Amino acid sequence: MTLERADAGADEVIRVQDLTMAFGSFVIQRGLSFTVRRGEIFIVMGASGSGKSTLLRHMIGLQRPAQGEVLYGATSLWRANPAKRERLLRRTGVLFQSGALWSSMTLAENVSLPLGEFTRLNTREIREIASLKLALVGLAGFEDYYPSEISGGMQKRAGLARAMALDPEILFFDEPSAGLDPISAKLLDDLILSLRDSLGATVIVVTHELASIFEIGDNSIFLDPEMKTMTASGAPKRLLAESDDPALLNFLTRGNAAGRQRAAGGATRLA
Amino acid sequence: MSAATLDSRRLGNGVFQVDFGGNWTVGAALPDLSAALREMGSSEQIGGVRVSATKLGAWDSRFLAQLTHIIDHGRQQGIEVDTTGLPGHVQELLRLAYAVPERAGARRGESRTPLLAQFGANFLALLDDSRAFVEFVGLGTLSVGRLLTGRARFRRVDLLQIVQECGAMALPIVSLISLLVGLILAFVGAVQLQMFGAQIYIASLVGLGMAREMGALMTAIIVAGRTGAAFAAQLGTMNVNQEIDAFKVMGVSTFDFLVLPRMLALITMMPILCLYAILMGIVGGAIVAVSFFDISLMEYLNETQRVVRLRHFIIGLGKGAMFGVLIAIAGCLRGLQCGQSAAAVGSAATSAVVTSIVLIVVSDALVTLVLNRLHL
Repeated sequence: MTLERADAGADEVIRVQDLTMAFGSFVIQRGLSFTVRRGEIFIVMGASGSGKSTLLRHMIGLQRPAQGEVLYGATSLWRANPAKRERLLRRTGVLFQSGALWSSMTLAENVSLPLGEFTRLNTREIREIASLKLALVGLAGFEDYYPSEISGGMQKRAGLARAMALDPEILFFDEPSAGLDPISAKLLDDLILSLRDSLGATVIVVTHELASIFEIGDNSIFLDPEMKTMTASGAPKRLLAESDDPALLNFLTRGNAAGRQRAAGGATRLA
Repeated sequence: MSAATLDSRRLGNGVFQVDFGGNWTVGAALPDLSAALREMGSSEQIGGVRVSATKLGAWDSRFLAQLTHIIDHGRQQGIEVDTTGLPGHVQELLRLAYAVPERAGARRGESRTPLLAQFGANFLALLDDSRAFVEFVGLGTLSVGRLLTGRARFRRVDLLQIVQECGAMALPIVSLISLLVGLILAFVGAVQLQMFGAQIYIASLVGLGMAREMGALMTAIIVAGRTGAAFAAQLGTMNVNQEIDAFKVMGVSTFDFLVLPRMLALITMMPILCLYAILMGIVGGAIVAVSFFDISLMEYLNETQRVVRLRHFIIGLGKGAMFGVLIAIAGCLRGLQCGQSAAAVGSAATSAVVTSIVLIVVSDALVTLVLNRLHL
């Protein structure tokens, strides 16, 4: 245990070790190993069907690995007992692909629920915090709306407000820009950046949105659906400039590997 | 509109030429392709196949489908099919269709499982199902334990809403059904009893029948159809929408938060609904007895009071509470087991009703047998 801790390093938040994901005997990805460091925005990228979202489910305790480990600090998520796992996960917030707001509750109730469960605040304080979180994502005044009464982009932002309710150290985003128009997607990216900077949270984003990947990604891994493993890791811009893996380059340049220079130029401009 | 024509012939240099003419569209009558395909298959000396469309009129996907037929057939025979004689758009679409080769193993073969294997698989599924049920009962017990020690968390609003939904809102249908069941019981019994001039026993027949058996049974079946299905559909939709995942990630017990209030609501509402159903059944019996069999209302009520004792009510209401638990378990279990599609929500609701009714009738038979042995 002590050895593990020394090895882990101070700024290491999550480490995935030799993870194999499978549904029954059907292997989706194998041999995934990577480290997420404190305060970085870590991108899990890959084509549709490469197992990105499944990897996320493994990291947030929804699906048990076929093999391998997910370590939070020095503690294994899946070898911990349920109570301990729950405590580890309480440091995280998750924005699901569809927002996954509880449809029978108003936005304020959605955000308040975790506060009511895990803090000793009184109703008025909880309501104030919920309003604040909703205001942070640009939904001030929508406290008493039901999820079905607002647009998809707003649902996603409300989902983010709920994910941030307990001021988590680690935020997970599953395809944050899926189904959003370019402007809303950009706003959400900006929101992710400013949350990381102001709250000091570590952010893990599953996405295939190139604009987001280059704009916000500090570090990344690329899941290849054909090879069934991760074929690259590193800062997205560096991968684009240096990698010579055709699958990765095709992905990063929208199938236009020859345009690497142009895209890399664009990426530098963005930076 | 010119009719579709097909002209296939062997050219001098061993090339087999297929020429399309006229309109090859969805609505058109097409010439038979099989003769041409046969000829491609039969003669080995064919050096190649050339498809052309010199007099082609309108065409759509149907034309393309016929072309792919020829191309696939050619490939099987190892013959190259030359499509350069086709219009540019057709060539472009064919290029798209063949651009991504069929993924090996992607095609679903028509695998036929042997009967014995099917039987085995079904049996294993049944075992899994029973284990899930037992596990669910266990989780339920733990959850009730947390409730009693005040550690179970759910929203009071949810509980009250479910209580209203499964209790008060069920009154109209419960009234109708149990009144009619009382009526039917009275008529069925009366025909026999009348032969002995013992019509007065209609009252005891209806009273006992409703209190001990039919009140609880009919209510349970109504509630299974109304509320059990609703539970499964609600939880199933939440599952599809990742709302259940959101609870799990937050570390909020889905059992305490979603299942417990539903279980509590049914445990409390079922006996009340049963009591009401018994009353309505007795009223139904009274209507028949008074209007068709010459029994005064007072006689009927006196006889009912003489025969139906408190213990009969307790048995009926106890059964009602038991059925309530079973319906809640079946509904919530099926909802939480629901798959990830709209169709899965539908089958979860169906399965919830079927499971509830099976559980209700089987447990009712067992309890009736035990009570009979105990002379209660």
